[in-house]
Amino acid sequence: MKTWVYIDHFKGEALPASWEAISAAKTLGDSITAVIFGSGVEQLAKTAFEFGADEVLLAEDPALENYRAEPFAATLSKLATEHSPDVILLPTSTRGRELAGMAAIDLNSGVLVDVIGLEVDGDKVIATRPIYAGKLLEKTVCSAKPQIVTLRGRAFPRPEQQSGKSGTLTKVSAETEAKTTVEGYTTAEGGVSLTDAGVVVSGGRGTSNNPNLTPPDGLDEKEAEIWRAQQGFKLVGELASVLGAAVGASRAAVDAGYIPYAHQVGQTGKVVTPDLYIACGISGAIQHLAGMRTSKVIVAINKDADAPIFKVARFGVVGDLFQIVPALTEAFRKKLGK
Amino acid sequence: MKIVACIKQVPDSAAKVVAEDGKVSWGESPLVINPWDEYAVEAALQQKEAHDGEVIAISMGGESAKEALKHALAMGCDSAILISDEALTGVDTAGTAQVLASAIQKVGEVDLAFFGRQAIDGDAGITPAQTARVLGWPMLGLSAIINVDGGSAKVERSIEEGRQTVSASLPAVLSVVKDFGEPRYPSFMGIRKASRAEIPIWSLADLGIGAPTAVVSWPEIMNPASREVTCEIIQGGTPDEIADKLADKIIAEKVL
Repeated sequence: MKTWVYIDHFKGEALPASWEAISAAKTLGDSITAVIFGSGVEQLAKTAFEFGADEVLLAEDPALENYRAEPFAATLSKLATEHSPDVILLPTSTRGRELAGMAAIDLNSGVLVDVIGLEVDGDKVIATRPIYAGKLLEKTVCSAKPQIVTLRGRAFPRPEQQSGKSGTLTKVSAETEAKTTVEGYTTAEGGVSLTDAGVVVSGGRGTSNNPNLTPPDGLDEKEAEIWRAQQGFKLVGELASVLGAAVGASRAAVDAGYIPYAHQVGQTGKVVTPDLYIACGISGAIQHLAGMRTSKVIVAINKDADAPIFKVARFGVVGDLFQIVPALTEAFRKKLGK
Repeated sequence: MKIVACIKQVPDSAAKVVAEDGKVSWGESPLVINPWDEYAVEAALQQKEAHDGEVIAISMGGESAKEALKHALAMGCDSAILISDEALTGVDTAGTAQVLASAIQKVGEVDLAFFGRQAIDGDAGITPAQTARVLGWPMLGLSAIINVDGGSAKVERSIEEGRQTVSASLPAVLSVVKDFGEPRYPSFMGIRKASRAEIPIWSLADLGIGAPTAVVSWPEIMNPASREVTCEIIQGGTPDEIADKLADKIIAEKVL
């Protein structure tokens, strides 16, 4: 199958899932073409070759400096019309979803979104994707071409990078008509991105549950609760830092104002599939489990032995997170030599 | 100002959803307005209040979806339209976008069309962008802060890397994320008004379009492999002892 991989990037830095898509492309057969749009991003072509692309289509134009849906979709659709790929793979990012959806309209085709498994059947791909936040899986197909597929991050392995490997670089022209103007960015606080993280440490309601802490004077009841929770999340953050992990949270913790929404894991937050997920003071509501139950190893630390989180956990500690989490941080610090 | 809020009815997020005979079953759980769409309705109502406009809630679905529309009416939408047609069974997101775009055009002179970020059943999250593409309108997706002024909209979009500030002329399609702020609860008066509301049903013939051809299909629905996990409870005399054992267990799993 003639497979394209769209390399999604932010200011020239590719999302890891862009390279993972090259791994997925290798399972579909013959030639792999990486498609790269932007301005001053030729270095991404070099990396795409090293990860296994045979060819790169590079559209560079000042109008493509910032991602904007309309010119990016129009450029992708124009190229696909000219070259007729069988499959276009994109990472399931905010940009990938939008771009895939719009290109599908232009090309009278369809999108298989947030796919975690691919099989080949003749010239068709059969994709497996979670629905209902992973409570179910569906096998889905697209009867038109190109079959546009967005791939969930970490669902496919990162390909091996062969330094110095090269291929055919073809420069192509861009469609530049845009309906939106990008006025600027506020970048997120640093730290590891939840959806790309190999390890996630999350906190829940239990983070506010330390009666031994005395909040500073002058806080009302709600402010005192949030202050307590922030001390709890500080411990969660320290454990995350020793493990190079991202910090997650339950919806209860987000709704109570303990931590910003960007950290929410679950059905109405982010879906994560790390190798290790440590849930601290999270009871494990069905909506939370939906966002993390496919993690490879789940560890639960909770006071309540009957909490549902223990039903999906490989290891559990029935205890106070304010005692266990700092002790665990210290234990890892010693054992991992940090 | 004329504003549309597109909503969907879905099984409650707390539902235990399983596959039975290849079909999705959510047991006795209620069908509700898609939680993300409540943010879209809230954003639409705030624009209505700021610009002296009206909000029309639109949903595509079966007769039961009227209940989701009534929730939107109870929150404060002025009117609601249900698009329902047997020929829409098995429609894909692109087809849904064609239908919603036709409905928005039939409503006429719409300045803003709001969507939630995705529906919690299919989880695709591409219908808003596809609807914008069909309409040829700008897409302001995943908006967390929305300012509409003098025929244009400026939004802060919530993206992986933080926030992106983008502006566009109206009419435009916007999708709204949770950062936008909590949706209001239906008021008592609103609930009374909604319970008496007559919701018109538009068929494909009313929209003047044929049935869209679905190119995406989902021949198989499965329950995920059950995770055979037995939770090993780590015990010990002191927190340090427990932590030490737990750290060794985790390291032995080779996940670090």
